[in-house]
Amino acid sequence: MAVMTVLDAINKTLFEQMEKDETVVTFGEDVGFEGGVFRVTKGLQQKFGKDRSFDTPLAESAIIGGAIGMAVNGLKPIPEIQFSGFVLPAFNQIVAHAARYRNRSRGVYTLPMVIRMPYGGGIRALEHHSESIEAMFASVPGLKVVIPSTPYDAKGLLTAAIQDPDPVIFMEPKRIYRAFKQEVPETEYKVPIGKAKVVQKGEDITVVAWGALVREVEKAMKLLENDNISVELIDLRTIQPYDKETIINSVQKTGRFLVVHEAVKSFGPGAEMISTVNEKAFLYLEAPPTRLTGHDVTVPLPKGEHHFMITPERIAREIKKVVNF
Amino acid sequence: MLSKKFDPLKGKILEVLNYKGEIVDEKLVPKLDDDKLIEMYKTMLLGRIADIKALQYQRQGRMLTYAPIKGQEAAQVGVVAALEQQDWMVPAFREMAGMLYRGASLKQLYLYWYGNEEGSRFEKDVRILPISVPIASQINHGAGVAYASKILDKKEVVVAYVGDGGTSHGEFHEGVNFAAVLDLPLIVIIQNNQWAISTPRETQTKAKTLAQKAVGYGIPGIQVDGNDPLAMYIATEEAKKRALKGEGPTIIEALTYRLGPHTTSDDPTIYRDQKEVDYWEERDPLKRFKIYLINKGLWSEEQEEKETKEVTDYVNKTFKEVEATGLIDLEETFKYTYAEMTPDLQEQLDDYKAYLKEVE
Repeated sequence: MAVMTVLDAINKTLFEQMEKDETVVTFGEDVGFEGGVFRVTKGLQQKFGKDRSFDTPLAESAIIGGAIGMAVNGLKPIPEIQFSGFVLPAFNQIVAHAARYRNRSRGVYTLPMVIRMPYGGGIRALEHHSESIEAMFASVPGLKVVIPSTPYDAKGLLTAAIQDPDPVIFMEPKRIYRAFKQEVPETEYKVPIGKAKVVQKGEDITVVAWGALVREVEKAMKLLENDNISVELIDLRTIQPYDKETIINSVQKTGRFLVVHEAVKSFGPGAEMISTVNEKAFLYLEAPPTRLTGHDVTVPLPKGEHHFMITPERIAREIKKVVNF
Repeated sequence: MLSKKFDPLKGKILEVLNYKGEIVDEKLVPKLDDDKLIEMYKTMLLGRIADIKALQYQRQGRMLTYAPIKGQEAAQVGVVAALEQQDWMVPAFREMAGMLYRGASLKQLYLYWYGNEEGSRFEKDVRILPISVPIASQINHGAGVAYASKILDKKEVVVAYVGDGGTSHGEFHEGVNFAAVLDLPLIVIIQNNQWAISTPRETQTKAKTLAQKAVGYGIPGIQVDGNDPLAMYIATEEAKKRALKGEGPTIIEALTYRLGPHTTSDDPTIYRDQKEVDYWEERDPLKRFKIYLINKGLWSEEQEEKETKEVTDYVNKTFKEVEATGLIDLEETFKYTYAEMTPDLQEQLDDYKAYLKEVE
């Protein structure tokens, strides 16, 4: 086993899958020569050549629309959108075409493609670089939305995404690209899409998070060590289709539910999950199911970003509120 | 090179057959065997009759919204006739005659306009992508298909269609630019039918021609009489040769005219005058191609009459088959969302089925 960061794990997976399957191609703005602005695709062009890892014109519709055509004609494209905030010009391609091609062609054409993009705040970035827009993709039938929170999951989930027959939006929490290391197998393995992970078992409250926030919840749990609250932490890993079963089983045990996400509150993934908890576990609830989210505001620039961020302190406070309801 | 000789910046337009059915330049006439010429004409005639009938059915309340092709048959059939079996056709939504020539069945195409996705099920060997309603986004798909052709070393070219209005769209620019930069085997056919619903071509661009936009991408562009199937054929053939040699994409602007409405919901009489329509009626692609074939001794008025009757019967019969198809199965509406239905989707399906059982 090798010790890797999230970024290393994604890079290693791309090497592994391109080596294994010569139809896999990676491309996007600055993806080839430079290896991406975060260096996630570093070394791929040197190893696999300019046909299989290349720089595109600065054009998101062409990157995603091109990927659709490539998938139709025998390639497995892995386009990169430089920041999730820049995906909007390609939304037409993703929503109007990528998500619908299987249905439109009655299964004759399927689109095995993975759209990679870094997302989320906390790196003191420019405007449009910090949003968490997973709900926008998750509400589109035909798409899968995956977000890893650890190097191990990043590799296993990306492998599963590349081998998935449907388009997968693979959102990378850039704040933790290099934040920590973990032992990761150097051989191929898959973490299944659609299955959450119980990070820690607990009895008093179910807390669901994903991406960079899983670590923030873990920090919050440390703050609560003397409070005699037993938290069950679930890393959702896949936003769509999400693992209702694991959530419901947990809530039926704990009777309390908190979902924590960086995305804005209204019409966010938390609302969806609370709805499910109400539908499936209402009679088990001992407190109203609750969400702790980004405010319904434009993500502030770095000087004000701390007002938006979900900190361990805020999480700990919210957990206490739900448990003491 | 045709695109040099017929330079759109110098106001040159490629034509082989003028509107009276006369050959303009013998040297340009493609060497097509008689059967192929007849097949091209018959497909144009089938497209024309199927089009007129679709409009009638719609007026009778028997067909849903439909986008007519009348007047644009040569811009389509002339192009796809120059393709090989392995080449790709990436349509917008007004390419019925071209799709018929490629091997889509009329029943499928009618099914689509009848509101049934089965009409988009083109098996892979037909090499037609499904109809794309969002404007110009299919140019990018064409570029991607062409990228795969290039790096997988397949000897095939991709023809993608767009309308004159579509050239104003960002996706047109992104797709053509992408294909140009990467030298992809893509042929972009602009069916300039003069109107994007009620917006005239002059409102789409300050440029004198749409073909000249190619200059900005560093690729050849040519303006062709789109109502002349022979001119469309030779322009496509040359673009195909370039594409197969790795020399990249070409833009072909077909100067044509939509004789009917944009769709059956549109009323063109409120935005264009009859004089303009009459001018283009005179330049009808079917009329001139028929005269050409008659002069060559390949066709006659008697054959025309016989063929028209047979095709009309075939179209009527096909439409009846389409009308007789029932509603789509409930499962069918769920099963193509993902390769495997998600647990949640399965639950939604089961729940709805239970409801249907209750109200049965």
